[in-house]
Amino acid sequence: MKFSHSPLLSQALPAWRSRLMLLGLLTCFVTLIGWSLYLQVFNSTFLQEKGASRYSRVVELSATRGRIMDRHGDVLAVSTPVKSIWAIPEDAKLQPAQARGLAGLLEMDVRELNRKLASERDFVYLKRQIAPEVADKIATLNLPGIHDQREYRRYYPSAEVTAHMLGFTGAEDIGQEGVELAFQGTLAGKPGSRRVIKDRRGQIVEDVESIKAPLEGKDVMLALDAKIQYLAYSNLRQALADNKAKAGGIVVLDAKTGEVLALVNLPTYNPNNRVRLVGAQLRNRALTDTYEPGSTMKPFTAALALEKGKFRYDTLIQTAPGTLTIGTATIHDAHMHGLLTVAQVIQKSSNVGAAKMALTFPPEEMWTMFDNLGFGTPLKLGFPGEVGGRLRPAKSWRPIEQATMAYGHGISVTLIQLAHAYLAFARDGDLVPLSLTRMDTPPITGKPVFSAQTAHEVRAMLELAVLPGGTAPKAQVAGYRVAGKTGTAHKLDGGAYANKYVASFVGFAPASDPRLVVAVMIDEPGTGVYYGGDVAAPVFSRVMAGSLRALGVAPDAATRTLPAAKEDEAPVRESM
Amino acid sequence: MLRLNLILMILALASAIGTVASNHRARKMYAEIEHEQARMRDLEVEWGQLQLEQSTWAGHARVEQIARNKLHMKSPGPGQVMTIDAAKP
Repeated sequence: MKFSHSPLLSQALPAWRSRLMLLGLLTCFVTLIGWSLYLQVFNSTFLQEKGASRYSRVVELSATRGRIMDRHGDVLAVSTPVKSIWAIPEDAKLQPAQARGLAGLLEMDVRELNRKLASERDFVYLKRQIAPEVADKIATLNLPGIHDQREYRRYYPSAEVTAHMLGFTGAEDIGQEGVELAFQGTLAGKPGSRRVIKDRRGQIVEDVESIKAPLEGKDVMLALDAKIQYLAYSNLRQALADNKAKAGGIVVLDAKTGEVLALVNLPTYNPNNRVRLVGAQLRNRALTDTYEPGSTMKPFTAALALEKGKFRYDTLIQTAPGTLTIGTATIHDAHMHGLLTVAQVIQKSSNVGAAKMALTFPPEEMWTMFDNLGFGTPLKLGFPGEVGGRLRPAKSWRPIEQATMAYGHGISVTLIQLAHAYLAFARDGDLVPLSLTRMDTPPITGKPVFSAQTAHEVRAMLELAVLPGGTAPKAQVAGYRVAGKTGTAHKLDGGAYANKYVASFVGFAPASDPRLVVAVMIDEPGTGVYYGGDVAAPVFSRVMAGSLRALGVAPDAATRTLPAAKEDEAPVRESM
Repeated sequence: MLRLNLILMILALASAIGTVASNHRARKMYAEIEHEQARMRDLEVEWGQLQLEQSTWAGHARVEQIARNKLHMKSPGPGQVMTIDAAKP
């Protein structure tokens, strides 16, 4: 049947019915259009965000902190991931048994755990930096309101041995001390983030965009030689025990490049376990503590005297009667020596001789030399608390002060400054800056301080000091020619010189072509023996011998048995 | 006309299914690369830990202790060292 023949059509229905129908449909359409306009135009951003939040996630990309290695690539510090357990106290409603289990895994007291969970805050750390395996066990307990978070922890395999050199990082993996702080910018990684699409099971199915690329921390290769560092550490520790000393330090430098091969301070600490640390352990003495160097300064006075042409290697100086009075103060020698050459003044360590030399030049010349050698200004290695020592302006020097400075009193330096200054003698009178990192292209010449001839002559004098008849025969190293100078200084205690001493020795070897500079400082030896030649020189000898062997430096002296110190001959004492 | 429409419809359908399939494949492969990257990170972590372990075992203090106490080694005396100059034939 065709539509036009439908019997319904013959019934004349009122026209308003179809119009009403039409109106109804129209209203529906308008509503639909309006609603879609509302959703698509006015509200679209909000809805799209809501939608994206269902599948799109921003994922943190962690970056690890760079490693610190010694010059041979041995790892000295490395970061490895650990977990930190945190809780939302409001959500963490634990059964007593659950709390006991958690406390057991966290190795903490249940009461302490409950106290932490009772906190008013929204977020509490229960324990930071635990082993990932333990964290996995905690995760399997499936406790409400307990979460974990990935973090990095720094480990130092050589522990105490390299503590002061490396320093350590805080809980946030930011350097706090030592190399960790000095090279924070290089070592630190920058975490990045990216947007991804995750499916129902939480798996990433699509990478949408990289918001910030993570920047991995760069490794730092230090100049440090782990073997020499250990040698220095173990010998210094032995020396401190033998001499019942309060503290000590050793610095080993490569004379050819200015690299710091070892830096040890005692007392030290274990950077892996930093509970109950005291300030004395943390002090990086070789860099932050100044002391009056004593006789180790005399070679500089002699060098200046030679440099200015006023003295020659064999110029005679009258040191009799062993005292020298300037104004109201008197300088003493430990022994009366009489007529000495400049070389013998160094060999016998005569205060009077050094003072007499110093008084022949104007204060400005001496000040300029000290300044050129780096005294009075920090070395700027980037370590926290580096100090420059005390070097007063030349204008304020009185003659007696100039005289005492000639033998290392009234001026204060750090051990590393002194070792650095000796580079001038170990090289041909020039100074290269120190470097904590390994250098592949070391500077060939540095800033000239003395002429090469002066450096060679002072080197010869310093060789005499370690031969029998000098102040430090104990500094000798079998097979090598050694040059160096002892120092024994009274310590200033509240402005006055007390009966406390600093024994030191700075020297280099092989003397024919110096390769290493070693500086040893022992603070307050407590056995009654306090001369640098007795306390510090043997340490120097052992560290130097081991280091030269470790580096494979060819001996430059005929191998011979050490001339034993004759018992009946009184040892030469330096004066203070 | 009807045949053309039918062909176009089949083509459209095939392309739609192809898109779905390739998208699925892409996601699967992405999951794979994701998995491998995670493995890489884990291996890197393990490598760091092994380096740490090696440094601990090969620590100079430990080596010295074993050399001295267990193997009874000692440093050679002054007369026991012979130097050979590599430059000379």
